[in-house]
Amino acid sequence: MTVQAVIKPNTYFDSVSLMSLSTKANQIEGVEQAIIAMGTEMNKEVMKNVGLLTPEIEEAGTSDLIIVVKVASDELCENAFVGIDELLTKKKGPSKGKSEVKFSTISSAAENIPEANLAVIAVNGMYAAREARKALENDLNVMLFSDNVSVEDEIALKNLAHEKGLLMMGPDCGTAIIGNVALCFANAVRKGNIGIVGASGTGSQEVSVRIHEFGGGISQLIGTGGRDLKEEVGGIMMLDGIQALEDDEATKVIVLVSKPPAPSVEEKVLAKIKQCSKPVVVWFIGGDETKVTEAGGHFAKMSKEAAIKAVVLAGADESKLNKRALNIPLIEEVRTKLKPEQKYIRGLFSGGTLCDEAMHAAMEKFDNVYSNISRNPEYRLKDRNTSNEHTFIDFGDDEFTQGKPHPMIDPSTRIERFIQEAKDPSVGVIVMDFVLGFGAHEDPVGAMLPAMIEAKQNAEQEGRHLEIIGYVLGTELDRQNLDDQVNKLLAAGVTHASSSQNAGLLAREFVVKGE
Amino acid sequence: MSKINELFNNKLNVINVGIESFKDDMLEQNAEVTHLDWTPPGRGNPSLIAALDKLENPAIMAKIEEANKLAVERIINSKPVLIGYDQAINCVPGMTKTTILHAGPPITWDKMNGPMKGAVTGAIVFEGLAKTIEEAEEVAASGAITFAPCHEHNCVGSMAGVTSASMFMHIVENKTYGNIAYTNLSEQLSKILRMGANDESVINRLIWMRDVFGPILRDAMKLNPNGIDLRLMLAQALHMGDECHNRNVAGTTLLIQALTPYILQTDYTIEQKREVFEFVASSDYFSGPTWMAMSKCALDAAHGIENSTVVTTMARNGVEFGIRVSGMAGNTWFTGPAQKVIGPMFAGYKPEDSGLDIGDSAITETYGIGGFAMAAAPAIVALVGGTVEEAIGFTTKMKEITTDENPNVTIPLLDFMGVPTGIDVRKVIQTGIMPIINTAIAHKDPGIGMIGAGITYPPVEAYEKALLALAENIQ
Repeated sequence: MTVQAVIKPNTYFDSVSLMSLSTKANQIEGVEQAIIAMGTEMNKEVMKNVGLLTPEIEEAGTSDLIIVVKVASDELCENAFVGIDELLTKKKGPSKGKSEVKFSTISSAAENIPEANLAVIAVNGMYAAREARKALENDLNVMLFSDNVSVEDEIALKNLAHEKGLLMMGPDCGTAIIGNVALCFANAVRKGNIGIVGASGTGSQEVSVRIHEFGGGISQLIGTGGRDLKEEVGGIMMLDGIQALEDDEATKVIVLVSKPPAPSVEEKVLAKIKQCSKPVVVWFIGGDETKVTEAGGHFAKMSKEAAIKAVVLAGADESKLNKRALNIPLIEEVRTKLKPEQKYIRGLFSGGTLCDEAMHAAMEKFDNVYSNISRNPEYRLKDRNTSNEHTFIDFGDDEFTQGKPHPMIDPSTRIERFIQEAKDPSVGVIVMDFVLGFGAHEDPVGAMLPAMIEAKQNAEQEGRHLEIIGYVLGTELDRQNLDDQVNKLLAAGVTHASSSQNAGLLAREFVVKGE
Repeated sequence: MSKINELFNNKLNVINVGIESFKDDMLEQNAEVTHLDWTPPGRGNPSLIAALDKLENPAIMAKIEEANKLAVERIINSKPVLIGYDQAINCVPGMTKTTILHAGPPITWDKMNGPMKGAVTGAIVFEGLAKTIEEAEEVAASGAITFAPCHEHNCVGSMAGVTSASMFMHIVENKTYGNIAYTNLSEQLSKILRMGANDESVINRLIWMRDVFGPILRDAMKLNPNGIDLRLMLAQALHMGDECHNRNVAGTTLLIQALTPYILQTDYTIEQKREVFEFVASSDYFSGPTWMAMSKCALDAAHGIENSTVVTTMARNGVEFGIRVSGMAGNTWFTGPAQKVIGPMFAGYKPEDSGLDIGDSAITETYGIGGFAMAAAPAIVALVGGTVEEAIGFTTKMKEITTDENPNVTIPLLDFMGVPTGIDVRKVIQTGIMPIINTAIAHKDPGIGMIGAGITYPPVEAYEKALLALAENIQ
């Protein structure tokens, strides 16, 4: 038996805490007896009575902390002191009392909530990079919803995330599904074995919703932000996202969604999928089939096609899928209703990628396709408020959202534009998307409905047929009622497209002449 | 497994910053979500954000963290012990017969507010440097008086803080680091000099304190060879329901209990001793200044540590609120306008009668008690117009802007959490959370005195200036 004491000079603990600490100390392995107490005369007397008083304890003062243990061997003694030190320094969780503790910074929240694993950041762009950096420094994965973050900051953040093995989704990332939880703007979809890495928000939403419709499910949907595949950023997060899905046991098939990447980045991504053991479906709007196939990927030209390929690769029986082919008799019928001068499509979109997909469908048949998001400057609208021939507008583009909420939340700008387009006698068809899901408007079709009904009536009075195509992006699990939304469209005489892909193709086919 | 794959395999636990509806959507999907009480750092001021960014450079941050750790260690490990009482002229460094110390950052006579002018003129009469208050005003304006902040003479002073040569002082020695701090004796509450009152009754009380009260305390402590361990006593007072700034019931009882055996052994008459006990019992504020000197004594030990962003002083002169920061050695003050104090007032007074925030007593919050320890003193939540829950909230919120918790001074209601200690200028600017201060309210005019008590906050400008200077200074 040995008795050893440690004196911590000038260290105060209240007596109640010390009693409970002593109780715990006596449970440490090998401890015969342990006392932790302040060096008051009374405590020293107690130690003396149980034979634990040592000369150094006698010297201790009232504000000195005494730790004394009786153990069988020196080795156990060391163990005991280490254990007691842990008891003394153990950090308690935040005391909540009845009130909810409010944290003001990511750092303090992360410190107090060790289980925290993701930060969702939606603050003004001026502060966004700073908050994201703090989150990464605290080992949190990040979904950065904010836009107006510089490319330099994006690169720095993504490099930091890459070094730390963390996700850095965004900036300007509006869609993700992690662990079956939809973040920001995303739809409620079934859990499954298909993982998505998407550089485009509504494109990823569309693919996830179609996969759900075809009976598949999503393991993870990782958003990268729209600039990830640009030359400067170099696809850092798409590459890390592919790797994470490759390593994820629950993922069987990977789908990549993006607008056209920079050529050097495309090369990197294709090189990456070459190394993947899992099938990878690539839908890069306007992408090159040969390159993808050569890299061992599965090429998809459009969104529905991407979803079908994914569910089949994930094990669905292709012959049993209702692929929702285009309604050819309907196309014939609409063509006969439209007057010869009704030549043009006007696409009014709240989802950027949905706009892009429809525009690309039109571009396969027409040269004169204009847009506010056209990559070809020749076909970029000079004035975003005036349409020209075939025109596709993305109302979610920055120039429309300066100081205003996104059109998925606030439909007012699009309603005004719709009324204007509907009066144009050269317009044959107006195509629009209605996005459901978390973050989106509670009743997007309802908001547009009066304008659609009135426009159709006015056109009829003027002796022309106005064809409106509506596409509702959503699942039956979304909080807005999908069936209700579709029924509202049908009741107003609007043609309902069953997918983004079909919406674009129908619009194109309705106005194609002389085939 | 990479951290991304860990994320896939664990329940989502999100920290949500910004748009609150995202939180609701995630909660609906059974994720754990904590929504931050977030505001733009530095009120969105780009130069402040740049300064924060600079101080977060990893190499600089490491230096700051190390310096702050040392600063807080010194605050926590300080062991201030009351070793005696004596007249200012005999103990306070640099004190002369014509020196008058005042609260807060430096201020000249012409700029002083009503309560401070009232206290200064009262002290001039008390010291025999003038016969009347009117005459005292002339003396004060003549240049014959040396004005200086208490803080620049190792002192702290409640409210106006006015301290003159023959007033008796607490002498508090830091047994760990050797530095000494001083403060005046409490005149108790209401119509008193430090609140700006200065009529005959006030002067007579000061005379009694000089001739009877002070000498008894001085002689009593001469009989106590070990002094009184103030930190231990403070810890006890907090456990008994004081926050030791606005509520001093327990602390006063403990202090007089410790002094009594020695007071009884002095050679003064029973009548004089009885007067002392009655005076101490006449209000609960007797130990108020004692905790201020204790706090000052601990914080001075942490001042002047290179690269530290820990605040070592908060003090107000009734016009300006000033802070000092450890990493800016010496008497570098960062100031902003003194604020209003919001709280209940004595019958007959209205908010517009209030003088602005005044006094060195915010040294207690700088140490981590007072407003920072509100959760220890549920009995006075009414004073700050709140509920017990709010009191707990005040204390836990202060953890957001402090460096550590002081294990030597704990709060039972919060599972014996140590008081939040070591206000960090960076954290104040980052979070926009200002230190909360419990304090008294003096009438804005001289000669009236205390009219209420409540809470106030420092002006953010003082912290903004300090942050910019630190960013400039720390390389």
